[in-house]
Amino acid sequence: MTPLEVAIVALLVGGVFFTFVTAVGVIRLPDVYARAHTASQTDTLGAGLLLVGVALAIGLETTTIKTALLLAFVFITNPTAAHAIARAADEEGIEPWREDQ
Amino acid sequence: MIVEDALLLAAAALVVLAVVVLYRAVRGPTMQDRVVAVNVLGTKTVVILALLSAALDVPYFLDIALVYALLNFVMAVAISKFTVDRGGVM
Repeated sequence: MTPLEVAIVALLVGGVFFTFVTAVGVIRLPDVYARAHTASQTDTLGAGLLLVGVALAIGLETTTIKTALLLAFVFITNPTAAHAIARAADEEGIEPWREDQ
Repeated sequence: MIVEDALLLAAAALVVLAVVVLYRAVRGPTMQDRVVAVNVLGTKTVVILALLSAALDVPYFLDIALVYALLNFVMAVAISKFTVDRGGVM
């Protein structure tokens, strides 16, 4: 294996791991705010690592620009969407989960 | 060859995780839980499209992934905005 292949496989493994963390968080965490938090952070990092892996696998072509654009777009919009969802939940009057309830 | 196999394996793992997240979209007690789950599913779809584009050498899948990412963001913000009475979610 060349160093490039090692880097690609390592990025893909890291991305799949963080996506797994996202799935566990969305299923297991107690309320909508905690789920929005895991959706904004670990999902962005997992998607980012996987897209960097894709960009390295494609190599230096014109389509790589689209991958970089996709990466920048995911990094901007994913936390923004999670923020909008959490704020909508707050305006709906959903109480945050507390341990003593 | 090993890179293509790794890309396809990652895409397969993401499909399995997407099915797991679908549970929250079906069950989720509040509207916002469902929107969070659908948003995560959309991100996973975008990444799966990018992975398949690199693995199967189909460049135009990346265009579809870009459009899907845009629509996913607009969908999340629009549903957030229209499920509350008085706008202002951004």
